[in-house]
Amino acid sequence: MGTPRIEIIEKYCKGCNICVEFCPKHVLKMDGFVAKVDKPEACIQCMQCELRCPDFAIKVYPA
Amino acid sequence: MTFDYEKYIRPGKLPHIWCPGCGHGIVMKGLIRAIDKCGLQKNRTAIVSGIGCASRLPGYVDFNTVHTAHGRAAAFATGMKMADPDMTVICTGGDGDGVAIGGNHFIHACRRNIDLTYVIMNNHIYGMTGGQFSPCTPTDAFASTTPYGNPDPIFDISKLAIGAGATFVARTTAYHATQIDKLITEGIKHKGMAVIEVLDCCPTSYGRRNKFRSVVEMMKQHKDIAVPVTAAAKMSEEQLAGKILTGVLHKENKPEYCEQYAKLINKVQNPTSK
Ligand SMILES: Cc1ncc(C[n+]2csc(CCOP(=O)(O)OP(=O)(O)O)c2C)c(N)n1
Ligand code: SF4
Ligand code: SF4
Ligand code: SF4
Repeated sequence: MGTPRIEIIEKYCKGCNICVEFCPKHVLKMDGFVAKVDKPEACIQCMQCELRCPDFAIKVYPA
Repeated sequence: MTFDYEKYIRPGKLPHIWCPGCGHGIVMKGLIRAIDKCGLQKNRTAIVSGIGCASRLPGYVDFNTVHTAHGRAAAFATGMKMADPDMTVICTGGDGDGVAIGGNHFIHACRRNIDLTYVIMNNHIYGMTGGQFSPCTPTDAFASTTPYGNPDPIFDISKLAIGAGATFVARTTAYHATQIDKLITEGIKHKGMAVIEVLDCCPTSYGRRNKFRSVVEMMKQHKDIAVPVTAAAKMSEEQLAGKILTGVLHKENKPEYCEQYAKLINKVQNPTSK
């Protein structure tokens, strides 16, 4: 499994932390009030972040 | 698979107005995925709401949408469905809108078993107007109007819907994102009144007052108390204390209202035929 592309649409992100907290692999982290991709190589493409982001701000494009 | 939500969102409508972490966005995404799964046509689908934060949902999505008066989603939806029974009509709204001011319309839509899908976002509070208690605010919880704790017992929305006659009733939470679209899909496909209750989070008007440090904590609580109905069958009463059942809680087949009405018209107009 390769490294997926994870896109964070910064102008939609409200910094709720949901994607960061529920990512099973700690791929994401908060950078001030926006989520950021920290360790894309650890992503298992479970899509939990994309499913739960209330703000349509995160997209995971499987490798 | 990456999901293309934009296909169903009105251009220029994002970011939405809901607060950071508000669960309504998670429910809206689930509803969009369900509509996509069902392959519904935009111009043959209507989404109807009342008033409240949850009731803002139809403003964002590209279908026939109606933002009606507070509590009146089921009443407008009933009229629309009667006028065009082949249209898919979906109601969306909050617990306050649906079972407080709108409780009467809600139970009578259930009683008639009219073919609507009602997605009710139960965040236990009147979010929009500053956190007054709703019939779904837990006993002892704090709201702006229950500063000493809520003395009232709650409405269990799913039980209310079953008791009133809805023929498909299911429950999930904003944490269980994939179950949201699964249950709404089943609800849309069901012929008759389908109620999908989603336990939702209002970090702003409910969470802060009730000592939740974040929306994540609220979602974790829902995760911890949710028990699938199938698993609950094997659990004792003590094990189920404080838990809420999720999944399809009730499903039966009964005559649907628009069909019954069409039959009546036919009978009256053709008194000699059978
Ligand atoms: C007839 C009428 N009464 C009261 C109001 C004020 N009001 C607007 S939204 C709302 C409560 C909405 O709560 P809920 O449906 O639970 O949705 P939420 O905001 O929590 O998503 C109230 C009381 C109104 N708009 N119209
Ligand atoms: S897809 Fe799964 S593993 Fe990858 S960032 Fe999202 S939540 Fe984390
Ligand atoms: S869940 Fe969405 S809005 Fe919340 S921090 Fe992550 S990307 Fe931002
Ligand atoms: S007040 Fe509550 S229900 Fe309304 S948008 Fe904010 S978090 Fe959501």
